[in-house]
This record gives sequence, structure tokens and C-alpha cells, in this order.
Amino acid sequence: MTFLSTIKAAALSAAMIVSVALPAAHADEQYFPLQSYRVGPYAAGGTGFFGGFIDYLNLINIRDGGVNGVKLTWDECETQYEVERGVECYERQKSHAGAAAWNPLSVGIAYAMIDRITADKVPLITVNHGRTDSTDGRVFPYVFPLLLNPYSETSGIVNYIASKEGGIDKLKGKKIVVLYHGSPYGKETIPIYELLAQKYGFSVQQIEVPHPGNEQQSQWLTIRRAKPDFVVLRGWGVMNPVALKTAVKVGYPVDHIVGNVWSNSEEDVIPAGDAAKGYTAITTQASGNSYPVVQEIVKTVYDAGKGNLEDKSRIGSVYHNLGIVNGILNVEAIRVAQEKFGHRTLTGDEVRWGFEHLKLDPAKVEALGAKDLFHSINVSWDNHEGEGYVTFQQWDGKKWNVVSDWIAPDWALLRPIIEKSAEAYAAEKGIKLRTADDADAVTTN
Amino acid sequence: MTAISGHFSSAPVLPKWIAPVLLIAFAYGVVPLIGSSYLFEAILLPFLALSLAGVGLNILTGYAGQVSLGSAAFMAAGAFAAYNFNLRVEGLPLIGSIVLAGFVAAAIGIVFGLPSLRLKGFYLAVSTLAAQFFVQWALTKFSWFSNDSASGVIDAPRLSIAGFALDGAVGRYLFALTIVAIVTFLAYRLVSSQTGRNFIAIRDNETAARIIGIPVLKTKLLAFAISSFIIGVAGVIWAFAYLRTVEPDGFDLDRSFQILFIIIIGGLASIRGAFFGAALIVVFPLALSRLGGLLLGDVFDSGVLDMSQRIVLGALIILFLILEPDGLVALWDRIRRRLLFAWQST
Repeated sequence: MTFLSTIKAAALSAAMIVSVALPAAHADEQYFPLQSYRVGPYAAGGTGFFGGFIDYLNLINIRDGGVNGVKLTWDECETQYEVERGVECYERQKSHAGAAAWNPLSVGIAYAMIDRITADKVPLITVNHGRTDSTDGRVFPYVFPLLLNPYSETSGIVNYIASKEGGIDKLKGKKIVVLYHGSPYGKETIPIYELLAQKYGFSVQQIEVPHPGNEQQSQWLTIRRAKPDFVVLRGWGVMNPVALKTAVKVGYPVDHIVGNVWSNSEEDVIPAGDAAKGYTAITTQASGNSYPVVQEIVKTVYDAGKGNLEDKSRIGSVYHNLGIVNGILNVEAIRVAQEKFGHRTLTGDEVRWGFEHLKLDPAKVEALGAKDLFHSINVSWDNHEGEGYVTFQQWDGKKWNVVSDWIAPDWALLRPIIEKSAEAYAAEKGIKLRTADDADAVTTN
Repeated sequence: MTAISGHFSSAPVLPKWIAPVLLIAFAYGVVPLIGSSYLFEAILLPFLALSLAGVGLNILTGYAGQVSLGSAAFMAAGAFAAYNFNLRVEGLPLIGSIVLAGFVAAAIGIVFGLPSLRLKGFYLAVSTLAAQFFVQWALTKFSWFSNDSASGVIDAPRLSIAGFALDGAVGRYLFALTIVAIVTFLAYRLVSSQTGRNFIAIRDNETAARIIGIPVLKTKLLAFAISSFIIGVAGVIWAFAYLRTVEPDGFDLDRSFQILFIIIIGGLASIRGAFFGAALIVVFPLALSRLGGLLLGDVFDSGVLDMSQRIVLGALIILFLILEPDGLVALWDRIRRRLLFAWQST
């Protein structure tokens, strides 16, 4: 009866797993559940981003002994960028005490988590991406598309194209093609491009590339026929190098392709080789490892053998730096909340309050060693994006070079659209709009 | 059901309905009291949805012998149809939306079942791929289906039946359990009816079936319709009760393969097989990933762990299929017989 004994052993080990799955919470620890992805088509983004995030948390632990003595802890759960795996990870990790914030780095997973984290009162951070109308803190108290929501990104790209053409009035009669990833993330900006096209008088054609996007011949032939003045690449993962290579194949000039914030990394251009030379992309955080905070991570974390990236040449790459910036934002939110609620393990709702008072002006950013890495952030209870600035980098075949100043998206133009969409969501779900007083009522245990 | 052979005759043979009734009583009476939210949200809800999809596909593939790779498409059709009925038809109760969604999936199933009249085996499997690609394309292309939502992701409506809110994890579990229990019971009745026997006749020998007067054309389309209906309802459970959000990409070809694996591993032409297979497909990777994380989590990063889990899972499935080609159901019956035998000989 060997099979029976096997089953018995399996049952025993299953019981063991269940019994040790819940580690006891220690005092004065703040926990980050990381729904990371290190395999699958988007592993390059996942390893870079979560690597940078973990490196920064490590830096805080090693250099400062945590945030005011509160040690930062985390564990990883592999999602492969798939929604149901993300949900499973959420359920698995949420039982851990002292969770500060969720950072799934996936729009699909974030969407599936909105109801759940709102019920559990723990913030959900979707840095540089996410659901645009979650910017409206009146409707989405726990969701933070920090630095740059997709509409601001769109506005920033259109403003940049306008500056290349010599002014916003020169956009009239121009033609822009948006090549977008066939996913919730990719589709998020369809209406805002239509709206800006109407407003500024350019024509826009939006073409979908089915996930994951490793075949784009027909899309680029359509682009060649359309002869647009600019192509906006709203890609993700393998779609980006394929787009650049196919563009060269059909003879479209690469310096007229503008990448969005998820088409802006080394991993997007290096595989395309020479085809990527001259390609420009938007970013909220410049690449490179010359910034003091990145240098400290190299010195304190990597030289001690605790670095997260296996390939050290990726230190200071776009995704790694984004992970570092995300780490700064998360840690500073905890610091803000600690000043109000005490230097201890905070509840998710207290961390939410911290995010809603997260204000880092350029001077504070410089004090954190991140001058020119990112510009500034100014989150409030009803503006969960925090007015991040963008800049543009051009790939010269070896590295990214900043080719613009810090540009402010047109927030005043976008806010009414965001509010309208958020209010429609609130009406559909029967959510009462939150007020500033509601935002100050914090669950402290 | 396997007949119990002669030398077991002295054992007290329980009526066939006892086991399912006890199981359902346990699922309703005990599980909600002892289960954690992890158990419901991460294990039982996907298990129930995939089991039901497996039951649906088993009627088509296991009983009627028509291979289909379009299961995820029918799930998507069901989920999006239920969402739209719920959104656009004022005053329609949730159950009404679900039943209508089943009919929509069934209609799509019939359309994509038409090639089965001419094609068999692998050729049919390839042609059902058309359903997979077409439905996903249509749902992405026409934003009407997702109520013009910017990103194409829709939020599931609140679940409530006759005024009872079922939004909590337990409520959604009971909601899914009830639907799965009812539909599975109906499917069980179906396969033991004349129609079910017609399905099997067509699977075993189409020409012979035609000669003894079974309307092959009608029966095949009926199999497609019923199967798609059930899979469509499973899609509603997946979207409304489990994920609470729906996007067309969640119903990709991988999902179709997953459901096909469920019935192959669980046991073809067996209602129970779908449940065994779904249990393995849902629970096994989770147990592996927990075990891996526990034993080696400090040594390797999660990416390496995940890759090695896939290798282990794949190897185990291959090994298992070699040792027990008839699926988990056959294995279970064998274990039960041995236990009975051991119990009897003491």
C-alpha cells in the first residue's frame, strides 16, 4: 500500500503547511506584502521594480534600523501578472499582521483588489499606472495611483509632442497613432486621447496589439499606410522591442515614436538593438546610478551582498529606479503617519492617512538623496496622484539621456473628467462621497 | 458507477445517494463555520467554478466525445452576458441574469458546434479554437460589452438573492455552492437519461448510433448547447463570486486548456471526475508553492521557486497519467475498494 502511505505523508505535510502559514506578529515591524512577478512575459519589469523596492527597504533597515526603529519586513508571492494568482496571493498575505500597503504593479490585479482592500482598509499603491479615476480620493479612499495616473501621462506626452512641433497650436491637423497593449492597462487611455485630439485639433488613430505582442506586422503596415506624424507606443514587456524592430522594418522613423511610462526601460530598447537608437520615452524617474540614494544602495546593500538584483548592471535602470522611488514613497508615507500616530507598527488605515499627507517638495527630495531622480509629490485626501512631474529620455544605443525639463501635465484639464468618471463609479456601486472629515477619521487598531 | 463485484456482497452496501448528500450537508453545514477567508477566496471559489466548467466540458468531451478548446470562450460569454443582463434589464433578478447568460453561452456553443457535424477529433478541436479567439476578440473590440468601461474591466454587481446580501466570502461561497450543486445534479440526471445514452452512443460509434436511430446532428448540437450552458454558468461564478471583476484576458486559451486538463486528470465521462480534477488543479499548485516557500523561501527568490514548482507539477501530472490513465476517479474507486476489502477482512 505504498500509495496510501504517500497520501498519508502528503496529508501530514499539508497540515504542517497550514499550521505554520501564519507567523506570529512581532511588535514594531511593518510588513509589505509583495505580489511580485519574476517569471512570465513581464518578468523584466517585475524583477527590476521589486528589486529596487526591496533594495530600498533593505537600505532603510540596514542604514537606519528601520523607520524610527520600526523594522520593515516583506515577503514575496509570485503572480506572473495573472489576476487569479494575484487574488490568491492577496488572500494568502493579508493574514500577516501589520501590512502597510499593497503594490501589485498590475492593473488587472489592482482592479480585482479594490473591493477587497477597501473592506480591509489597507492602501493599494499603483505607482505610475492604475485606474485613472482612483485619483479621486472622495470615491477611492484606499487606492493611490501615485506620481502619474494614465491621463496625466497622456497629457504629458501630448504636451511634449506639441513642444517638438513648436507649440500647442501647431498640433492642429497633425496625426498621431497610439499603439496600445491589449490589456486593461493598455486601454485605459483610449477616451483621453480622443478627447485631447478633439481639443487640440489633431487626429488620432488607436491600434491594439493583442497581449503579449510578439507579432505586430499588420499593425505597423497599417501605421505605414496612415503616415502619422508621431506614434505613441503604449506597450508593456515584449511588445516594446518588437514594436521598435517592426517600425524599422516598415521604414517608420524611430525618433518619431514616443514611448509611454511602461515602454521606457532598458529592457524595452536593448533587445531591439540599433532599431531603438533615437527612441524617446516619458518617465517620472530618470535612469542612471549617479543619484546619492542609488549610490547608498550600492554601498550599503550591494556591497554587503544583500542586493536583490542578480545582474548588477541593472542597478540604476529605469525599473530599478522606479522601485527605489516607490520605496521612498511608501517609507515616507509611513514616516508621515508615524509622526501623527506614534513610532510603532501602524494599521493600514493609519498608513492611508500617511499617504494622504505625503508631501515631498524638491528640497525634501534632495534631502532623501533623490534630487533629479524624481521631481516632487503632493498627495492630499482627495488627490491621490500627487501631481508628479514627467521628463523625457532618449536612447542613444547605450543609455538614456534626459532631453526635456520636468514637465507638468495639464491637471486642471483632467480633474473634471476624472471626477465625473469617479462619481459615475460611486453611483453605480452606491458609494457615498467621502469628505475631508471622513478622511481624518482613522481606524487605529 | 463501478459495479461492486461478488466477493464484496457481504459488506453493507450504502445507497448511492448517501455520499453526495453527506458531502453537501458538510459543505453547507460545517465548512462555513470552520473555514477561513483564505479557504473560501483562494481555494473553494475557484474550485467550484472550475469544477462546474469541468462538468460542462465533460458532457461534451467525456460523454459525447467532441473535443473542445473553446471552454474559456463560453465562460467569458456567460460572464459578460450575465453582466449585461444585470446592467441593462431593469428589475431582472440575479438568478434570471444567470439563466439567460447560460442560454447565451448555449447559443454561441451551438454556432461553434456546427463544424462538429463534419469534423472530428483534432480537426474539431482546432475549429473550436475559433470560438476561443472570436469571443475574446469581440469582447475586446466592442466596448459595449463592458459598458464602455475605459479599461475593458468590469466590476461584478453586488450579489443578492431575494434581498439577502451575499457579498462576504461565505455568502459568495454559498451562492456558488448552491448553483454548482443544482447544476451538477441536473447534469447527473441528464447523463443517466436517454439523452445521456445517446451522447455515449455517438461517442463510441457514430455510424452505429445513426443506424439505431439516434438523430446524430441534433444530439451533437444538444451536447454543445448543454455543455456551453453549464460552462457559461461556471463563467458567471468565476467572475461574480470568485474574482469580482472580469476582463476578457482572464478567459484566454490557457483557461481552456486548464479545463481540459481538469477532466482528463479527473476522469473522462464522469461527473465526479470534474471535481477531482479541479481539486488537483486548484489545490496542488498552492500546496506546492506554500511548501516550496516554506522550505526554500529564504534560499531562492520567488521566481526560481515558481519555475521549479511548474517542473514538479508537470512531472507529477505526467507520472500520474502513466500510472492511472483513467483519472483520479478510477484511483479513488480503487482506494475505496481496497479500504472496503481491508475493513471487511478484519
